Amino acid sequence: MIEGLINAVLLSLLVAISVAIIRQRSLFGVVLLASAYSFLIASVLIVLDAVDVAMTEAAVGAGISTVILLATLHLTKSQEYPTPRPAFLPLVATCLTGLGLIWGTWQLPPFGVPIAPIHQTTTPEYLAAGIAHEIAPNVVTAVLADYRSFDTFGETTVVLTAGLGIMMLLRSRRRKPAKSGGPNDAA
Amino acid sequence: MRRDVILRVGVKLILPFILLFGIYVHFHGDYGPGGGFQAGVIIAAGIILYALVFGLNAAKRVAPVALIERLVPLGALIYLLAGVPAIFNGDNFLDYSVYGHDALHAHEWGVFLVETGVITTVAATMIAIFYAFAGRERP
Repeated sequence: MIEGLINAVLLSLLVAISVAIIRQRSLFGVVLLASAYSFLIASVLIVLDAVDVAMTEAAVGAGISTVILLATLHLTKSQEYPTPRPAFLPLVATCLTGLGLIWGTWQLPPFGVPIAPIHQTTTPEYLAAGIAHEIAPNVVTAVLADYRSFDTFGETTVVLTAGLGIMMLLRSRRRKPAKSGGPNDAA
Repeated sequence: MRRDVILRVGVKLILPFILLFGIYVHFHGDYGPGGGFQAGVIIAAGIILYALVFGLNAAKRVAPVALIERLVPLGALIYLLAGVPAIFNGDNFLDYSVYGHDALHAHEWGVFLVETGVITTVAATMIAIFYAFAGRERP
């Protein structure tokens, strides 16, 4: 009951912030509203008992990405250009996609029921191993870093690749000018 | 923001606790919520907060660019190497049973090694991305 009430308040605030972001012209305001959106999403995730994801959302979504977006605004113009024509077709496309997604959720099992397919396959095994002290008591960590360690290695590589890409594109320290006779000068 | 006394003193008070919380989330990830990724972003957020209030150059003295850029690939390397001893033992890559005699300890050590790789790469990458954006001159 109280959980449903908290969720209703948080989700209606999310809708209000979304509308405000759409109507906002100043990109500075958009970034700050997006930060508030991330904090609200983090609160929703805490209500859903997903504290791991909530921590990440609060630190990355609300913290680091807000700072990076503000740094980008400092480098570019912080005013959105007015759209030259009414965006009617995108509105229809978005509404149709949203309705399609809502229609898709009808087939999903209700939230948190134990007979949902996701709780039937390997989850009982993980929980049993956790209780028997064969793996770390926090089953989320055990699944991420133990059973699916190879996936997590892939995710770490994704983070590494993203970092390398941004560093190569944006790093302020310039390379020394290439001496003549490099591969480009050969022709 | 260099002259804002409240901000500077407040950040100085709160920063040790942010970093300590990040370390706690990392080392307590086996028992509580969290792990390497969460700890990495919390520590990176702490350093970025320091850079916002005390300036980019002060942050670069605490976490030098050269060090951060070497830590980014080092973390992935730690993760990779943590999986290698199992191969020599005849097990699969990233099998943790070589790290201890009973299952719980072996898994805890394996998870700890792997999460150390994750925290290193994630924290260093976030700080490096921030440095890359903040270091640009306005065109």
